[in-house]
Amino acid sequence: MVLSYDVAGTQIRAIDGNEAAAHVAYRVSEVIGIYPITPASPMGEHADAWSSRGIPNLWGATPQVMEMQSEGGAAGALHGALQAGALATTFTASQGLLLMLPNLYKIAGELTSTVFHIAARSLAAQALSIFGDHSDVMVTRASGWGMLFANSVQEVMDMALIAHASTLRSRVPFLHVFDGFRTSHEIQDIEILSDDVLRALIDCDAIHAHRERSLSPDHPVIRGTAQNPDTFFQSRESVNPFYRATPEIVQETMDQLASLVGRQYHLFDYTGDPEAERVIVLMGSGCGAVEDTVRYLNGKGEKVGVLKVRLFRPFSVRHCIEALPPGVRHLAVLDRTKEPGSAGEPLYQDILTAVVESGMNTKVFGGRYGLSSKEFHPGMIKAVFDELKSESPRNHFTIGIVDDVSHTSLDFDPSMMIERDSVTRAVFWGLGSDGTVGANKNSIKIIAEYTANHTQAYFVYDSKKSGARTVSHLRFGPERIKSTYLIQAANFVAVHQFNFLERYDPLAMAAPGATVLLNCRYDAGSVWERLPSRAQKQILERGLRLFVIDAYSLAQEHHLSMRINTIMQTCFFELCDVMEKETGLEAIRQSIRDTYGKRGSTIVNDNIGAVDSTLERLQEVDTSGVSMGGPEPASLIPEDTPQFVKEVTGPLLRGEGDLLPVSAFPPDGTYPVGTARWEKRNISHSIPEWEPDLCIQCGKCVLVCPHAVIRAKLCSPGEVADAPDGFKRASARWHDLPGQVFTIQVAPEDCTGCQLCVEVCPAKDKSRSNRKALNMISKSELLEEQKVKWDFFQTLPNLNRGDGTGAKLDASRIRDVQLLPPLFEFSGACAGCGETPYLKLLTQLFGDRMVVANATGCSSIYGGNLPTTPWSENDAGRGPAWSNSLFEDNAEFGLGMRLAIDSQRSYSEILLRQIGPELDEALVKEILQADQSSEELISRQRERVARLKDQLHQVEGTKEVDDLLAVADTLVRRSVWIVGGDGWAYDIGYGGLDHVLAGSHDVNVLVLDTEVYSNTGGQASKSTSLGAVAKFASSGKSTPKKDLGRLAMSYGHVYVARVAMGANDAQTLRAFREAEAYKGPSLIIAYSQCIAHGIDMSKGMGQQKLAVDSGHWMLFRYHPGRAEEGENPLQIDCKPPKIKLEEYLYSENRYSQLLRSDPDTAAALLERARSDNERRRADYEALATKVTEESPS
Amino acid sequence: MNLETHYLGLQLAHPLVASSSPLTGDIDGILRLEDAGISAIVLHSLFEEQIIAESRHLHHHLEFASESYGEALSYAPELEDYNRGPDGYLELIETARRRTKIPIIASLNGVTPQGWSDYAGRIEEAGAHALELNLYFIPADVEVDGRAIEQQYEEVVLEVRAQTRLPLAVKLCPYFSSVPNVAHTLVEAGADGLVLFNRFYQSDFDLETLEVAPRISLSDPAEFRLPLTWTGILYGCIEADFAITTGVHGYEELLKGVMAGARVTMMASALLRDGLETIDKTVRATRDWMEKHEYESIEQMRGSLSQKHSATPSAFVRPNYMQTLQSWRPDPALGHS
Repeated sequence: MVLSYDVAGTQIRAIDGNEAAAHVAYRVSEVIGIYPITPASPMGEHADAWSSRGIPNLWGATPQVMEMQSEGGAAGALHGALQAGALATTFTASQGLLLMLPNLYKIAGELTSTVFHIAARSLAAQALSIFGDHSDVMVTRASGWGMLFANSVQEVMDMALIAHASTLRSRVPFLHVFDGFRTSHEIQDIEILSDDVLRALIDCDAIHAHRERSLSPDHPVIRGTAQNPDTFFQSRESVNPFYRATPEIVQETMDQLASLVGRQYHLFDYTGDPEAERVIVLMGSGCGAVEDTVRYLNGKGEKVGVLKVRLFRPFSVRHCIEALPPGVRHLAVLDRTKEPGSAGEPLYQDILTAVVESGMNTKVFGGRYGLSSKEFHPGMIKAVFDELKSESPRNHFTIGIVDDVSHTSLDFDPSMMIERDSVTRAVFWGLGSDGTVGANKNSIKIIAEYTANHTQAYFVYDSKKSGARTVSHLRFGPERIKSTYLIQAANFVAVHQFNFLERYDPLAMAAPGATVLLNCRYDAGSVWERLPSRAQKQILERGLRLFVIDAYSLAQEHHLSMRINTIMQTCFFELCDVMEKETGLEAIRQSIRDTYGKRGSTIVNDNIGAVDSTLERLQEVDTSGVSMGGPEPASLIPEDTPQFVKEVTGPLLRGEGDLLPVSAFPPDGTYPVGTARWEKRNISHSIPEWEPDLCIQCGKCVLVCPHAVIRAKLCSPGEVADAPDGFKRASARWHDLPGQVFTIQVAPEDCTGCQLCVEVCPAKDKSRSNRKALNMISKSELLEEQKVKWDFFQTLPNLNRGDGTGAKLDASRIRDVQLLPPLFEFSGACAGCGETPYLKLLTQLFGDRMVVANATGCSSIYGGNLPTTPWSENDAGRGPAWSNSLFEDNAEFGLGMRLAIDSQRSYSEILLRQIGPELDEALVKEILQADQSSEELISRQRERVARLKDQLHQVEGTKEVDDLLAVADTLVRRSVWIVGGDGWAYDIGYGGLDHVLAGSHDVNVLVLDTEVYSNTGGQASKSTSLGAVAKFASSGKSTPKKDLGRLAMSYGHVYVARVAMGANDAQTLRAFREAEAYKGPSLIIAYSQCIAHGIDMSKGMGQQKLAVDSGHWMLFRYHPGRAEEGENPLQIDCKPPKIKLEEYLYSENRYSQLLRSDPDTAAALLERARSDNERRRADYEALATKVTEESPS
Repeated sequence: MNLETHYLGLQLAHPLVASSSPLTGDIDGILRLEDAGISAIVLHSLFEEQIIAESRHLHHHLEFASESYGEALSYAPELEDYNRGPDGYLELIETARRRTKIPIIASLNGVTPQGWSDYAGRIEEAGAHALELNLYFIPADVEVDGRAIEQQYEEVVLEVRAQTRLPLAVKLCPYFSSVPNVAHTLVEAGADGLVLFNRFYQSDFDLETLEVAPRISLSDPAEFRLPLTWTGILYGCIEADFAITTGVHGYEELLKGVMAGARVTMMASALLRDGLETIDKTVRATRDWMEKHEYESIEQMRGSLSQKHSATPSAFVRPNYMQTLQSWRPDPALGHS
């Protein structure tokens, strides 16, 4: 719900950039192709939601919104729609834009009118980044598209219209660009363009002309021909008049808009001293910060200015030069992108060309700033102006970092403050799950609606999915806010989680005299002595006023669980004094009614009840006469960490990554593994406690733990002789390993408290059925004791499948496998994640010889998002080697790894045969003929290869010897795993996956199937089931889930399994082992519960069982090897449905949501889903029996 | 032969009414029941507790993990409407009224004073012919005495009575120290009818999982004797319309119930187990029995075997119990010695 009010007939709304762009795009379009990608996804989500509600466009028709399988698909569909005469648009960013690139050339080459709205974002290079810069759009600058930049939320709305209007008149297609996150996700109060304004600017004659050019059998033409050397060049030059005309068309459109709404834009807008000698030139959100700083410096008498480039393509030299102040001596052109190896970045090059071609006596200097949303604040901007003061300023500089490698960076003053006193600045440190961001969005909208203030809200999110931290930055004041940078000195600091004071330094942001609001269990009389000494010092030295409230208790009293949003919001309104108390309270109540009304009066009453009880619980802490002496903040990482962790990971964890110099970072994006173990997040208040007397040592708890925090070990009694007091153990129930001790231990600081282990534990006390072998207990009292036990547990020896006690384990039994050390641990995945247990199991089985190709998505984020990684190594230093290429190419990426390994192994064998006579011939023979069909045999081969390498070091160093040393490790069998989610496997990467499966190479594909795009927030994929509600399928998915397994089975030579650990863990284990052992392509499709399903995540494994028992998720294994032995290759591993489908479906919000919203449709889709499941089951049963009957008995 | 009866001021073709069950939960079931010849329908209950729980459940899942991770600020689309609360139920009342000719009796189970009275008012607006209050509360708190529970029930009836002019029946459980006193109190508070009795969903244990597993089982004809007994005792003592709703499986229970004083008998389990043709069979068998025994009307037999009109009123109290015990003989087929 968006709040709005009218000022002199103009609608004012507080919205973000994505909504501003989508608003215009939707109103003036007929066909919209979409595909989710951060940070552009919300534009598509808005369009889809509006379309599904039947909201019309400007001409009364509802735009068709179509989710495609990739951005490439969206561009293709758009191209077709445009050719057929539609007004069409799309939204994307980053890699998505790259996938559209071929169509960009086509669309522009055919002079087709359209606008693509781009939330500009970094391109994946040494690493992926979801944050904002211009790397993506700069790649397209040669495609022939117009490029119009918006610098603020208001400008997004305005430029969106200017782009749509201009493209129709000019026939040049436009990219409408604004900065990802900084503008796409920033909320500001803006004037909404009315339909009258839209109609005035969109030229009907131009639309008719667009339609007349469309493909029609009534006036047939052909387009998209192939041309030869005699014609192509001339044809390319034929478009020049259109590009020459476009800048004037855009300016005319800008002028027309100004005549209607009063906001005058130019292709190049100059702001600053008319006699400026030093000018910064840039595009995008950074313009706001520079404009703010120019105002400040002009006030100090400095002759500086800023040139804001709006129309980057087609670039008009004349307009550019005319916009510059005549006396400018030095220009600093700032690019928010990097082109390694170039003579300069794109904007610099264009400005330089313009200046030179116009004969100006002005020197031009280029600089880079703000990559991946790196902060760009006044201190940095002043440093650039200062640099321009010198007679010979540095060229090709960087600003905002410390470059101690190439020494490009300018020094700057990080503490420079230029904000006006009239602006209120508030910062909120929230826990992701507590609703802080949502409350702040509401707050800023209330302030925009109820007061005369202008507003701005920006939110900084964590890279972790569980226990995530959010920091909200809110500004409001009498003038429009242009400060496009984070708040440095806040008047109000709210800390919604007490331990943030221990882990971070939120009060560092507090300006002298600021108000601090702290949510904690302590009251005003007892909180002071518990504050960390650093916070105490800050409060006293800066004269901060401290208020406390126990919001969690209040929330629980009102059935709000941990969501303290409305409570903390009420405190904020009381303390920031933005409006009269009762007006503020009623505004919050109304906001609650508007936001939650359709969820029922219960929710409204719960929240309003909490609001009305809040102020009586708010207490001010009397700091007069208090003394220092609080506890020292705990270190985020232990002392005994590796150097890299200490010097790089540690600062990153402390939020000090901006301070790290260039030299701290590996230049090729290569990082050490096993770093998650050093990050002690302590996000859970409770942990499981083990009861050895009840435990049946089944290993299920260890298996399902998404974070590998609960571990089991076998050891000798002597090894636990010196265990700390209370270290729990039991006699091991392994007949083959008599006399051993079994123990289970939890990593208390890493546990997320998801309770999956407790839920899955089958062992109950015979006298008290509510007591299991694992029970959740409060962590706070036992933390120190448990830490000691965990430290000791880690000293106990790990088992290795290849040797010693480990070799006696039965790898077909869950309980045995769960004694093996996981090499995927402590990930930042959601608490209760359904994907990570599968990955962990993989590493227990094959981790020390695995190579992993990981598609972009959840698994690449919790697997590879800095500052830490859960992928780890064993005691011998071996473990999974992991990499993420892209979203769309992961199967191919993994296949390439296989090809490389195979070729190196072949080369090793050639070399071995060549050099063999100089070595131990028996050893060489054994290596070449080694059977590596079991872990024990692989272990022996590893020993042989180690001996081989020893011998190679001792013989004369020939080229062949050196070559063999370089590749000899590949003589030990390696396991290639291609891992990704259903968005990759079913949609964007399906073509590649299909191709890889169609081949014969020994790769293993693991699809972590959540049946939805989880990482980008729950958009429908082709794996989404009939009747499920998802974004882009908000009326319930009306087509069946794609049967990926059946498609793969159709080849006949592909091992295929569908598994669900929570339903049958033994079948999962069997499938993993069979797939890995199969010497050809293997595909495992693994049911993975997800928070997008709308379930109690502690019951995730139970949901898996329901999915299988209801017939929704059929377990099977298709083993081509069985066919070779005359058996049926297909085995169905589950019985026919034994519960009703709806018992499963309606236990998940993704289905029950539709039942509540539209029961008739839900019922119809349920019936179709039931019928579809029955049909599939019958098909599979027929397949599973048919061949058997035909096979010899 | 006149099988007509009056219940809660409503004229019914015969005394067989469909009790609240899954069959009365949607319009298809209601139409089928009417086609099968039922005389009136008690809709499935509107549970305020369920509405509250569903709202909180929905809210939790729509909010869970939202606005905490930059790539996914939410995980579910916000739909236009969630049909939460009583809207669907009220629509069912309206539809049933529009599409049937038999009386539609709504059923309500509230948990808050506001819920009872608000929903009662909206049920009346939706067009229900009458309202049955499903007083269903398991007092598991040792601190709460019996009188407090009875007061709570009384207050509910008073509140609802003040809110609606609809004919009001109260469905009771049998577990009161003094059923007559409670029945009297509720009628004084405004109840027009008493429905005997509610069947608590009783717990069961799953021996494999060692979990308590609530289980709904169909009623048994033997359960009929409890409401029969109390109807027989209360008839004539308390001015209210009585309905018997547990263990009614055929014409015999119907006849016995009327003879005890009930204006209607309500059937659910037999319909679920044996199908809707049970209605016609029961009505026909009732008519046949009445013809055979030369009864002219249902009214004629109402209360004829109640304690007030029985030839042996003491049979309803303890001596009867003793006689019953003494008359028990082992079943030879079971091999008791």
